[in-house]
Amino acid sequence: MQNRRDALKCLGVGAGTLFTLEGGIFSAFDMAEARIEDVGTPLFLQISDTHIGFNKDANPDVIGTLNSTIDAVNALPSPPAFALHTGDVTHLSKASEFDTANQLMSRLRVGEIHWVPGEHDVTDGPGTEFFARFGKPSGDRGYYSFDAKGVHFVALVNVMNFKPNGLGALGEDQLAWLKDDLAGRSASQPVVVFAHMPLWTIYEPWGWGTGEGEQIAALLRRFGSVTVLNGHIHQIVQKVEGNILFHTARSTAYPQPVAGVGPGPGPLLVPRPELPGMLGVTMAVPGRKRRLSLTDSTLA
Amino acid sequence: MHSRLFAFALLTISATGLHPVAAADVPVLIKNFDYSPMEMNIAAGTTVVWKNLDGEPHTIASVDGMFRSPALDQNDSYSFTFNRPGVFKYICSIHPKMKATITVK
Repeated sequence: MQNRRDALKCLGVGAGTLFTLEGGIFSAFDMAEARIEDVGTPLFLQISDTHIGFNKDANPDVIGTLNSTIDAVNALPSPPAFALHTGDVTHLSKASEFDTANQLMSRLRVGEIHWVPGEHDVTDGPGTEFFARFGKPSGDRGYYSFDAKGVHFVALVNVMNFKPNGLGALGEDQLAWLKDDLAGRSASQPVVVFAHMPLWTIYEPWGWGTGEGEQIAALLRRFGSVTVLNGHIHQIVQKVEGNILFHTARSTAYPQPVAGVGPGPGPLLVPRPELPGMLGVTMAVPGRKRRLSLTDSTLA
Repeated sequence: MHSRLFAFALLTISATGLHPVAAADVPVLIKNFDYSPMEMNIAAGTTVVWKNLDGEPHTIASVDGMFRSPALDQNDSYSFTFNRPGVFKYICSIHPKMKATITVK
């Protein structure tokens, strides 16, 4: 029987960083110095960019790395209550890729999985394959919200409606829906917003951002604790603005270059031993004062 | 034997219908997140064949909705025959900064 410390080691937490947001002040410290007991029961897991169907040199075995990720999460003594998948479930939107992804993800020991599509999931025009499987909670719109453990979760879709400069976009209907969804909520309720593409501009030449980012942030600013979780760029980038923590997760499939390095945001080929250290998931645990702490773990 | 001859005749007729001008297929290569060439002029009836050389998938999606490829993995191809004159702009629906134009005369 694995103990908690070993299970966390499997996820490579020793090489990870624990981020906390307390009273609006952001701090990061090495997990090696943090007591494991402080981590507590994870509230949820963020998994992203599984890219089932990818089979090129950057990682010829994306099923294997997803399975390793799932094994590591399942080995935790207290599994997370649920998971968010922040998109690019598949590589080419094929029905067979979705079927494989569903089958693999069903092994994850969590109560429920909440999905948003990435642009790789909706290349079949209106995104029929993604919505046939995951469209129900949103009435096939893709965006929806729910409450869990006192936290308000908002799922947004920014990959169906691009801006001319390549940035993601929500579109007018979704933005109006978001405004309604947040209106009248107590500013003391923690809010988690998740979508595939970054909801703030990380690097415009590669389309790493969302056109209405500023309007979205304006709707969130009055809340005391906001966590914005994205995928898409296959690496961790963080920003704190007031009470809003912006965070992108690693992929379980392959890394991508740092913004602006190379011809474009494609798969990054790294020496094989380095690959597990560049893949992983994000775990969120309830912190003090109703804030969330995020822990990023790799497969190394 | 008869049915095979008949099928051959039908194919010839339909191929002729698709290619009023006996033009050769015109290639467009997709490499490093760009279409090459990004602009070109072709005669009506020409078939354009796109091939993706990137490790990242790309699509060919016309802005007016006339044609849209599935996601092309590395070395996958897609073709479309332009039968009527016009200016056709298209993008990659996965990376919409990738833009190109085909003018059909």
